[in-house]
Amino acid sequence: MTIDAWLQAAIADAERRGLPDLKPVLETLAKATTALRAADFNQSAVESRKSPVESPTSAAESRPS
Amino acid sequence: MMTIEEFSRRLRAGEITSTQVTEECLRRIDADNARLNVFTLVMADEARRRAREADKEVASGTDRGPLHGVPISIKDIIDIRGVPTTASSRVREGHVAERDAPVIAHLRQAGAVLVGKTNLHEFAFGTTSEDSAFGAVKNPHDPGRSAGGSSGGSGASVAAGMALASIGTDTGGSVRIPAGVCGTVGLKPTLGEVSIDGVVPLSRTMDHVGPLTASVADASLVYHALLGDARTAPPVPMPMHGLRLAVPRKYFCDLLDDEVRARFDAALDRLRAAGAHVDEIEIRHAADIAPVYLHIVLSDAAAYHAHTLETMPERYTPAVRLRLEMGRYVMAEDYVRALAGREVLAREVDAALAQHDALVLPTLPIVAPPIGAATVEVGRGREPVRNVMLRLTQLFNVTGHPAVSIPAGPTSSGLPCGVQLVGCRHQTDVLLKVALACEPQITGVSVPRGGTSGG
Repeated sequence: MTIDAWLQAAIADAERRGLPDLKPVLETLAKATTALRAADFNQSAVESRKSPVESPTSAAESRPS
Repeated sequence: MMTIEEFSRRLRAGEITSTQVTEECLRRIDADNARLNVFTLVMADEARRRAREADKEVASGTDRGPLHGVPISIKDIIDIRGVPTTASSRVREGHVAERDAPVIAHLRQAGAVLVGKTNLHEFAFGTTSEDSAFGAVKNPHDPGRSAGGSSGGSGASVAAGMALASIGTDTGGSVRIPAGVCGTVGLKPTLGEVSIDGVVPLSRTMDHVGPLTASVADASLVYHALLGDARTAPPVPMPMHGLRLAVPRKYFCDLLDDEVRARFDAALDRLRAAGAHVDEIEIRHAADIAPVYLHIVLSDAAAYHAHTLETMPERYTPAVRLRLEMGRYVMAEDYVRALAGREVLAREVDAALAQHDALVLPTLPIVAPPIGAATVEVGRGREPVRNVMLRLTQLFNVTGHPAVSIPAGPTSSGLPCGVQLVGCRHQTDVLLKVALACEPQITGVSVPRGGTSGG
């Protein structure tokens, strides 16, 4: 579902439930979801995932306690 | 603020009794609670009885450890047998806890005196402790300002001398934020270390229980008591010379109040002067922290509250109800994306710590905001208060790394601000060693070290 389609449906549902004050809150969530979907860690069926960060040797392993 | 270390030493030297100090805490609660709105329940009778028992035990040679006879307040989201756990919500009206949460049982075993339950942001879902069935918690440093949240009553109780320590919970910063704006130490241990059973959840995958105290050493004592290990003395500070610290300047220092920035930079200067190496590192996906956090916490909270949102929505405060309703619209595919982002962020923080003893960053970008403010001026514009207050703390709830906020001295307006140290996962004790070493440089005053004789 696209974010635009989701937002329209969510706002309509909120109004049906008598919660018109949810509209600006849902618009805020839509912005956050847009950012989340744009992140480069998302996997795609047509593209192999690139590791955003190499697995580090943890400090716990590299340093005496 | 009397520290637990000082209390413990003087108790065993016969200079003070638990009864005297508990009475002083109760006197301050009586004097200031109506003004500051810190407690939802004062357990005066039980506190007096426990304090007398603690004094009798000391007289008879029984020593339960460093928390023996120490007056402690408890966030009203943690179960204490026989009293309500309100979560500062009318939704919980009529609730009485049937048993102690494990952390409460551990505190009792350690000899702590529970003075009462503290006010919070309803269901821990906010950063200001304003949306509460009991009304807003006021900051002891300026009652016109927020005490932070969600553990606002906990921070205020310690700052106002109503308890020597408090137990809070932290899902996005809710121990460290009130600690930062109230001028106390606040410790969020590693995710999963301290039991969250008997705690009303906000997000089961990001909730932590942790102490708010007057010093890092006290935080260590309470942390170990919460683990059921009440006899552990504070660790030895890590040597300052050669300590490796890293500042994640990009994103984390992009949006700071000028006075907070000045206090932070001054703390860094003192740390360098004391022998620490301070590097700069980058958390590459820092811009994704808020979306990742939001989709997880909203979904977790909505699942827990779905039934009561349908059956008694009018009992929630309006702002918290809206935020919980928002979570009911998160799509499953986006929740899964957030979980993927969580893994990436955890690896990036691990990588940042691989060559360093701790990350160092401000606890909040701002000082305590005025009560009622929806936005606050920071940097070049106005930002939503909630977003700004969570900005520097929520990452470590997502990743689970331990983090401690230490007071960095007052701004010119006399308001506290904090500096945060972050350590490796499952190495909270190592973080505390680093924090003990850095505390004098961060606060800008020397911290007297008084050993506890409690073992």
